[in-house]
Amino acid sequence: MEEVKPQLIKITFDGIEVEVEPGTTIMQAARKIAEADDSQAGLVPPAMCYYKPLPSSGGKCRACLVRVAQGSTKDPRPMPKLVPSCITQVQEGMVVENTTNEAVLDTRKSIVEFLLINHPLDCPVCDQAGECHLQDFAFEHGSAKTRYEEERRTFDKIDIGPFIQLHMTRCILCYRCVYTADQITNKREHGVMGRGDASEISTYIEKAIDNDFSGNVIDVCPVGALTDKTYRFKNRVWFTKPEDAHCDCDKCSGKVVLWYRGDEVIRVTARKNVWGEVNEFICNTCRFERKKTSDWVLEGPTKVKRSSVISANKYRANLVTKPDFAVKLAATQFKNIDDSRPYVTDTETIREQSVENNDKANHRSLLSRNN
Amino acid sequence: MARKILTEHINVPGIETFEVYRKQGGYAAVEKALKTLTPDEVVEEAKKSGIRGRGGAGFPMGMKWGFLAKPEGIPRYLVCNADESEPGTFKDHHLMKCLPHLLIEGMIVSSYALGANKSFIYVRGELMYVIRILEKAIAEAKANGFLGKNILGTGYDLELVVQSGGGAYICGEETALLESLEGKRGNPRNKPPFPAVKGLYQSPTVVNNVESIANMPWVINNGGEAYSAIGIGRSTGTKLISASGHIQKPGVYEIELGLGVEEFLNSDEYCGGIRKGHHLKALVAGGSSVPILPAHLIMKTAAGEDRLMSYESLSDGGFATGTMMGSGGFIVFDETACIVRNTWNFSRFYHHESCGQCSPCREGTGWMEKVLHRIEHGHGSMHDIDLLVDISKKIEGNTICPLGDAAAWPVASAVRHFRDEFMWHITHPHEASQPGAVYQGEMALV
Repeated sequence: MEEVKPQLIKITFDGIEVEVEPGTTIMQAARKIAEADDSQAGLVPPAMCYYKPLPSSGGKCRACLVRVAQGSTKDPRPMPKLVPSCITQVQEGMVVENTTNEAVLDTRKSIVEFLLINHPLDCPVCDQAGECHLQDFAFEHGSAKTRYEEERRTFDKIDIGPFIQLHMTRCILCYRCVYTADQITNKREHGVMGRGDASEISTYIEKAIDNDFSGNVIDVCPVGALTDKTYRFKNRVWFTKPEDAHCDCDKCSGKVVLWYRGDEVIRVTARKNVWGEVNEFICNTCRFERKKTSDWVLEGPTKVKRSSVISANKYRANLVTKPDFAVKLAATQFKNIDDSRPYVTDTETIREQSVENNDKANHRSLLSRNN
Repeated sequence: MARKILTEHINVPGIETFEVYRKQGGYAAVEKALKTLTPDEVVEEAKKSGIRGRGGAGFPMGMKWGFLAKPEGIPRYLVCNADESEPGTFKDHHLMKCLPHLLIEGMIVSSYALGANKSFIYVRGELMYVIRILEKAIAEAKANGFLGKNILGTGYDLELVVQSGGGAYICGEETALLESLEGKRGNPRNKPPFPAVKGLYQSPTVVNNVESIANMPWVINNGGEAYSAIGIGRSTGTKLISASGHIQKPGVYEIELGLGVEEFLNSDEYCGGIRKGHHLKALVAGGSSVPILPAHLIMKTAAGEDRLMSYESLSDGGFATGTMMGSGGFIVFDETACIVRNTWNFSRFYHHESCGQCSPCREGTGWMEKVLHRIEHGHGSMHDIDLLVDISKKIEGNTICPLGDAAAWPVASAVRHFRDEFMWHITHPHEASQPGAVYQGEMALV
């Protein structure tokens, strides 16, 4: 007997047709396109809060908003608002516009701006730099300047247990760690307190999480808000070499990545897929206590995206071809030059103007010297 | 006197007690509905009446009831949204305080129509004394056999639970209300699934405003068609308006939809006109979250027709020259009101009440508040005005729930209609930051 497969749904994403199973979200459909063809990786909407291994996450950061130009074959009307692609399910004949729609890109730019309002620009001293989702997102979609002039919100650092530090100032309130604490650990001690931009991630009255799987909140954090205290300020991620390894662990799968500096294991994390999502959550013993090569069976270098800074100067990893991202970026960033201004071609006028400008400049420098 | 549906008996002494309410013809709708009508017939009456949700969005109530999923073996719930927290709106508070039995009667009829055996009234936490009034009324109704098991011998069971809110504006959003009712943090849910499919405890749920539910007894007693004959066009029935601001007689008024805005504002039966010696400057027609309109646009639409108190007429002209019915919070400003200060005040409210779940609203409301604070206190610059418009545009429509829109509209409309006042604050920082200073120049014309 052959297995009965559900009828596949065909959708069009940025002009590319893809067939997916019913119940798939737009985001997953886009990822399917990119997984089939690496050159299309730039099409996938960014995800700051959505995390596939954590059910019911997503829909909060609004970074993945896309436009649905056609709801379905049955109801071809476009959706009135931009929809979050991470939680919107596909329908037969749906037409989605992501990088091909100006309004979507414009909104995404503003989301970066909103997220960066209260995010400190302390990347030079942040442990997450180099593997920070917000850094990538801001680099791809943000602008170099901020229009925000007011004071930013700040919090004191809080120690959550002996191994984890919470630096709420950097938090973008994606709720991933809340879902992790909810779904992976059996005692819920971690949640959000307060409201609006004053809300903060907190353990109940700063109680330490003493749970074997609490360390996973570090891996799911897209920014440097939750950091590994055994690794804090030890190194920059692009100076370290990741190696896949495993061990016999009675609590978890034991499949990890060891981050080496020279011969020293300075950090242990769970393995992540190309979308930065943890494949299998690991326990605290593996993460914080097994920091000798002799504790592990090495499997070989971790595959790192060619575009990641972690791969800088290291060509040992199985390289992934770089997406034609720069070309796309250029296409969206550059506008046509306004050439309505009359050009002066007459050499005499040009000379006169340059003499005039020179005089002005001399005058200014004289003024500044006299003052 | 205009027709009264809800507040007909509001001045009868002792109307908050069961005996007096019953003597005035109360609970007749429960008897009629439970004994002579099937649930589907009650829903049909609601559809015929054309009554639109009174909470703000104005979605037809019968249609909302029709969307309710009815899977076998899963309970259905009716939740009454009494978490009225919109600045400028206080009608539900008044209604529950004076006529608790009207709401309970409406709840029984509506729950019967939807097949709910347990219904909730989620009351704003600040209104503790109203909760006590409601609980007392529920106990009275229960003692007289209108609640509990086997109501009036018809075999229909209903339990009414009054739940106090925790004091958050966001819990007036229906999905946040459901989260809060389940005992969680009041964060709005992503839709779909809509509450009609997966609402309270993942069961099909209908969330209705107090005033919508309170209209149901009249609809049952007199028929849906009689109700739809009141009002104008698709705005049927009457509406409670909470009038406040610089008027002679602030208060809650029941009006027939379709009444002229000018008549409502100036007639002695209602607001009684602007306070003596002053004139109208601006008006918010439906609670703080709807666009503010200058005097000339609230009286007449851009096309020159008289503006009426109805869903269609108020929103005539879209957001460029129109506003919305909203929840009926009628806030009047005379020429002594500073629009910039007022907008800052509204913005401060939305900043404080944003739940912090999605980024545009969490960061954007705070940003707008800070920019407005800067302008109001004489530290603004000209590009701040365009910045405000830009932020509001980026928030609007990009958030999980309508709080983002509600925060963006008042700011965007204030800048649209009163840009010269904002500019005056920037060009005359010292004068503008004096207490009580108001721009006295010409009002901008659209």
